[in-house]
Amino acid sequence: MIEIRNLSKRFGHLQAVDNVTFNVTKGEVLGFLGPNGAGKSTTMKMVTGFLEPSAGDVSVCGHDVLRDPIAAKKCIGYLPEGAPLYGDMTPRSFLKFIAEIRAIPKTERAGRIDDVVSKVHIEGVMGQRIETLSKGFKRRVGLAQAILHDPQVLILDEPTDGLDPNQKHDVRQLILEMAKDKCIVLSTHILEEVPAVCTRAIVIAKGKVEFDGTPAQMQGMSDQHNALSVRFNSSSGVQIADLEVIEGLREVRIGSPWGDESCFTLIPSSDANAMQSVTDMATNRGWKIEHISIDEGRLDEVFRQVTGGTAS
Amino acid sequence: MNNTIAIFKREFAGYFGTPVAAVFIFIFLLFLFGLTFFFGFYTGEPTDQADLQRFFFLHPWIFLFFIPAISMRLWSEERRVGTVELLMTLPVTTFQAVIGKFLAAWCFAGLALLLTTSVWMTVNYLGEPDNGVILAGYIGSLFMAGAYLAIGAFASALTKNQVISLVLSVLICAGFVFAGTDMVTDPLGVVLPAVAIDTIRSFSFLTHFDGITKGLIDLRDLIFFGSLMICFLLANAIVIDFKKAA
Repeated sequence: MIEIRNLSKRFGHLQAVDNVTFNVTKGEVLGFLGPNGAGKSTTMKMVTGFLEPSAGDVSVCGHDVLRDPIAAKKCIGYLPEGAPLYGDMTPRSFLKFIAEIRAIPKTERAGRIDDVVSKVHIEGVMGQRIETLSKGFKRRVGLAQAILHDPQVLILDEPTDGLDPNQKHDVRQLILEMAKDKCIVLSTHILEEVPAVCTRAIVIAKGKVEFDGTPAQMQGMSDQHNALSVRFNSSSGVQIADLEVIEGLREVRIGSPWGDESCFTLIPSSDANAMQSVTDMATNRGWKIEHISIDEGRLDEVFRQVTGGTAS
Repeated sequence: MNNTIAIFKREFAGYFGTPVAAVFIFIFLLFLFGLTFFFGFYTGEPTDQADLQRFFFLHPWIFLFFIPAISMRLWSEERRVGTVELLMTLPVTTFQAVIGKFLAAWCFAGLALLLTTSVWMTVNYLGEPDNGVILAGYIGSLFMAGAYLAIGAFASALTKNQVISLVLSVLICAGFVFAGTDMVTDPLGVVLPAVAIDTIRSFSFLTHFDGITKGLIDLRDLIFFGSLMICFLLANAIVIDFKKAA
């Protein structure tokens, strides 16, 4: 539903987006990741037709954004970064304005507005001036605006930024509910959000796509993927040297950054069944295991690796 | 069309979202009436005529500072707050937005002008003025206000700072006003041929407004203001589109 071909954007000397190509199809929730200034927002602005690309094509639902911007904009719901809103309006008058522009038939307007208002839970503030609302409410009004016309394509620039954990949860639930029959692109800095809501992740750095795959694949790239975190009973007196002899382990380190010497992180060499070896060893030596878990992989670590930050 | 109306309604209501609109209209009326009655007579002896010549005489000068204040927020505010991104990603064309905003500002200016009609009633109470001339004056004034506003809207599109937008539009408008005064044309007359001076003078608001206030609605004067509006609104749209590509 979104097709991006060789998209580039230059601001003077700065190459903000550099030859980016990808497609997003119906049912996908694409997490768009990258450091600040990587080109996430710029890419989204070009998809929504707010910025013109320096080169390349974008089409949304089959409409070329440059050649037929109105048709493309009709199928997009967009929450810009920071959810800018008209502060002098109330959410009610604002949503009415959006409904008018979105050409929602008069008879359906009130119903549509009630519907989205209950979805984002802003019933209590409908008559209050938007500029007096808290950040969370503003974000939700912005979200209501984006989904008012039930768009096929939803583009959300940091939808959960600045929300408290409950509000974040609500927004994620809402995205999951809508995901089935829409194509959703959301940018975020909150990596835990990716496995929670996204079916696919793209990491972009310095304007280039550095990773494109499922959240599980992204976790799989982690050094810590399948690593074992083990905590022995301190009376067992396990030392690093005792564990290093176990076969199939690539690295053993003290697992706690504060130096708790009974916690260890064991990194297996590929596809060795480290869990079995460790538990066998513990049984033989009579060590008491208090806790053992397999790490799915650290997204923040992969993020640092692919975006050129220093990997741990 | 529907989009233009929706934007118009939002923008027009926006003027009344705060008490600023009322304060603005109050000060506008205070200045206009105050100057008309207390300073409007410096141009000569009292004429004992029931007309509004001296009231309309002030319009180009009062507008110079008041009209850009109406238009300064049209685009600057959208850009500063970031709502321009919201507006321009809705299915509206740049021109629909430009026209909707302009019409809202023009209606607001028209409302302010409508509130000055008490002075019309006053002269009708005091004497028997030529109401046709006064009506012509109001029509001319409304058209001139439109030209000021189009310039102001254009200036507002250039910057996200309302103050810069205000100063810029006052400067451009001042150019169009002063072009018709002797203090510009006399010194230039020394170096430029008469044709050039006439051309400069023909761009002045004063030249075109003067005839209208005397009751002569010359179509050419209205076309002048109308084409000025179209030019600056086109420029406004071009600036908005240009920022998209920049």
